[in-house]
Amino acid sequence: MKRTENYVKIEFLSRSTNEGFARIAAAGFAAQLDPTLDELGDIKTAVSEAVTNAIVHAYPDELGRILLKLRITEGGVLEMTVRDWGRGIENVEQARQPLYTTGGAERSGMGFTIMESFMDRLSVKSLPGKGTTVTMRKRIATRANGRR
Amino acid sequence: MEVSASSDERRLTLYLRGELDHHGARGLIRRAEQEIDTSLPLQLALDLSGITFMDSSGIAVVMRCRQRMRELGGTVTLCHVPAQPRKVFDASGISKLVAIE
Ligand SMILES: Nc1ncnc2c1ncn2[C@@H]1O[C@H](COP(=O)(O)OP(=O)(O)OP(=O)(O)O)[C@@H](O)[C@H]1O
Ligand SMILES: [Mg+2]
Repeated sequence: MKRTENYVKIEFLSRSTNEGFARIAAAGFAAQLDPTLDELGDIKTAVSEAVTNAIVHAYPDELGRILLKLRITEGGVLEMTVRDWGRGIENVEQARQPLYTTGGAERSGMGFTIMESFMDRLSVKSLPGKGTTVTMRKRIATRANGRR
Repeated sequence: MEVSASSDERRLTLYLRGELDHHGARGLIRRAEQEIDTSLPLQLALDLSGITFMDSSGIAVVMRCRQRMRELGGTVTLCHVPAQPRKVFDASGISKLVAIE
């Protein structure tokens, strides 16, 4: 495991109003890596997908707890972990397929596809009846490294 | 989220403002379908210039509008799409299904 340079942990209730809060928290924490506007958009979008999944799918008929962990590891890597203790996913490989959804017409089945394309790495661990942990990583190169 | 509509000839424009996430999109699909069913347009334009954030919840909204417009023999166009939603549309392949002005 890479050395941790900074982290925060935030626990919140699975209310939909916390989707916007989670985005602001992630963007605020990531700001110390001096990301571009484009990278900030990617970070907000990916965390929004993971948190929305926990709100919509993990706890469909109840309020439950969601843990958002934000971590920076050496080399300017942002790691975002969204954990719930809800319903869990029977078949993770199938759930990650584009267009696969159990959410009906209000959902498009593109959440995991978007997380994958906006982040460098996505891992999904789930146990039916126990909950789901989604971990995403993205390297934010520094301006000093001559990226732009 | 705020929605307003304007209609001329057989073109209906829906102006969406705010954050188009799961929280903000509640009721939006129904609202859009009501507007479509009231003015029966041949072209539906979704003006996204006022969208400050969009995730996959926006894709479902666009797909539902596209479905309803197809039933009416019409089309959907997305206009004034800011950079962040544009990236979400591109990642989901929707840019191939719906015209973006
Ligand atoms: N935290 C979770 N707990 C339980 N099931 C989940 C969780 N996250 C995802 N799933 C399952 O995986 C499926 C695919 O998720 P994904 O985010 O890709 O699409 P979606 O949420 O259905 O639609 P969209 O994200 O486009 O609105 C979901 O429909 C749901 O069945
Ligand atoms: Mg989702």
